[in-house]
Amino acid sequence: MTALTANFITDNGVTMIDGLATGVLLFVIALGLSLVFGVMDVLNLAHGAIYLLGAYVAVALLGGGTKMTLLAFGGAVLLAAIIGGFSGWGLSAMVRPVAHRGHLDQALLTLGIALVVSDLVAMKFGNDVRSIPAPAGLDGSATIFGQSYPVYRLVVIVVGGLLAVGALYVIERTRVGSLVRASVVDPQMVSALGVDTKRLVTGVFAAGAALAAAGGVIGGPILSAYPGLDNRVLLLGLVVVVIGGLGSVSGALVGALVIGQIETLGVSLLPDHASFLVFGAMGLVLLLRPQGLLGKKEATA
Amino acid sequence: MKPKLSSALAVLSVLLLVAVPLVFPADIANTLSRVLALALLAVSLDLLVGVSGMPSLGHAAPFGVGAYAAALVARDTTSFAPVPLLVAVVAGGLFALLTGVLMVRTKGTYFLMLTLAIAELAHVLAQRWEGLTGGTNGLYGIPSLTLAPGGEPVTLAGVRYWWILLIFLIGFAIVWWTSRSMLGRSLRGLRDNEERMASIGYSTFWLKLAVYGIAGGVAGAAGSLWVAQNRFVSPEDLAFEVSAMALLAVVVGGRGRLWGAVLGAALVTIVRDDIGASLGGRGPLLLGLVFIAAVYLLPHGFAGTNWRQLFTRRPQEDKA
Repeated sequence: MTALTANFITDNGVTMIDGLATGVLLFVIALGLSLVFGVMDVLNLAHGAIYLLGAYVAVALLGGGTKMTLLAFGGAVLLAAIIGGFSGWGLSAMVRPVAHRGHLDQALLTLGIALVVSDLVAMKFGNDVRSIPAPAGLDGSATIFGQSYPVYRLVVIVVGGLLAVGALYVIERTRVGSLVRASVVDPQMVSALGVDTKRLVTGVFAAGAALAAAGGVIGGPILSAYPGLDNRVLLLGLVVVVIGGLGSVSGALVGALVIGQIETLGVSLLPDHASFLVFGAMGLVLLLRPQGLLGKKEATA
Repeated sequence: MKPKLSSALAVLSVLLLVAVPLVFPADIANTLSRVLALALLAVSLDLLVGVSGMPSLGHAAPFGVGAYAAALVARDTTSFAPVPLLVAVVAGGLFALLTGVLMVRTKGTYFLMLTLAIAELAHVLAQRWEGLTGGTNGLYGIPSLTLAPGGEPVTLAGVRYWWILLIFLIGFAIVWWTSRSMLGRSLRGLRDNEERMASIGYSTFWLKLAVYGIAGGVAGAAGSLWVAQNRFVSPEDLAFEVSAMALLAVVVGGRGRLWGAVLGAALVTIVRDDIGASLGGRGPLLLGLVFIAAVYLLPHGFAGTNWRQLFTRRPQEDKA
């Protein structure tokens, strides 16, 4: 039995580390989706488009395909985060006038924005897949379980992990975080206590979008950049949120790690059924625990 | 509108639609056939969105399932027109019922997300299940439909158009009748206040599942019309873009007004295929702009906007 486990780990260890990298990246993306969802009860279908904007920031700065220095790459992450933050701010301003009109109108509005943004990006950068090389110094490989493995993905795990810890700390331990969590449960009450919920919501929208756009750069060397990537990212983000539970930060983390493993380990163990595994997992969670693994709010609310 | 006037308008529109192939060239009939297939999809979606308050972001799924079912039957068994149609209705309806068991237990944003996710799963399935669906190449060489078992294939665009128009009218009538029936009234109650409906003893689960199944069956029929016209089906036919277009048709036309969805479908098809193509394939950009404009400017859609009130002179304020 132990020999079997050891074999499983040596055989699939690299795949599992890959899954961890994917999961961490998914968490960075899904966090904004989940919080906007929780605080504003808005399904932001433009979230994937913001990720795409981030990815193409990297493409634009990359120029003629030369490798970026670490500093330039960090600068790209920062620039993407700033652009994403402003986009999130703009999005929340655009959604506010229709906030009282129900879920569909908000979803349609963000869908329209997503279509416009991604088509403009395709117009500017073309329809080809643009690869984004890892920054110089991180483009080598390390040996893990006797196989070579790109160092960059290990860095993604560390950086994404730090972001996750940071986000968890802000949400769970700080005053702003407690206001955000309170707004997820009862926005009217938070507003009645004298908190400017409008600013709070705008802040959450901007921060979530900034994370998504930064994720676009960080994920660039793994997922590249191409038209249509926005939909893929959005869908994976939605699945993560459904599995983890609405507006729950730790839920998003668990959901992202689970989906990360399913996406990589599942693909390598059951290649024929890979595309169903993700959605199968979602269906299972919904059937057994409709509010999501760590969701407290009723799924029907 | 007065009931007499509106039924006269309805009869007039049907007569005009019937007359189209007699007056216009074949390509107009072909375009209109596609519009009618999408319009039937939009009408069935309106039954969910406008009448029942169940906004689906994935209505392309039963449409696509119906389209594939009809294509397979027409290619492998018989292209006698009613057979692929009925198979498509059953396939779309069954698909909706099976997935609906999961979906209708949720609402609001969750329902939106789930419908989107299931539709995307169907999309991936269509791409990967090459043995059945032909993968990304799709199914082509679907024989033209016949109007008698083993009869001559229909080659005239006008005759095909009449068949599609007939099925569209029947489908429209079914949805219209559903929305006017006891079921439809219960569904409106559900849309406006689900808790109240549950507390006076309605089983909201079965009501929602029933309407989800009916809408799926009609969407399947629309899918079979789509195949009857194009004689080709590919995963693109159940991509998110199709769901989005149908939804846009419903919103532009006016939620809960079934004929509005028909107008919306015509508008959306023309914007995307004609105007979009003439702008160098910037269809999605244009579609997105229409989406944004529709949400801000036409919250009730064409059919729900009181145009007369909008354009009458405002009463002058009393000069004090």
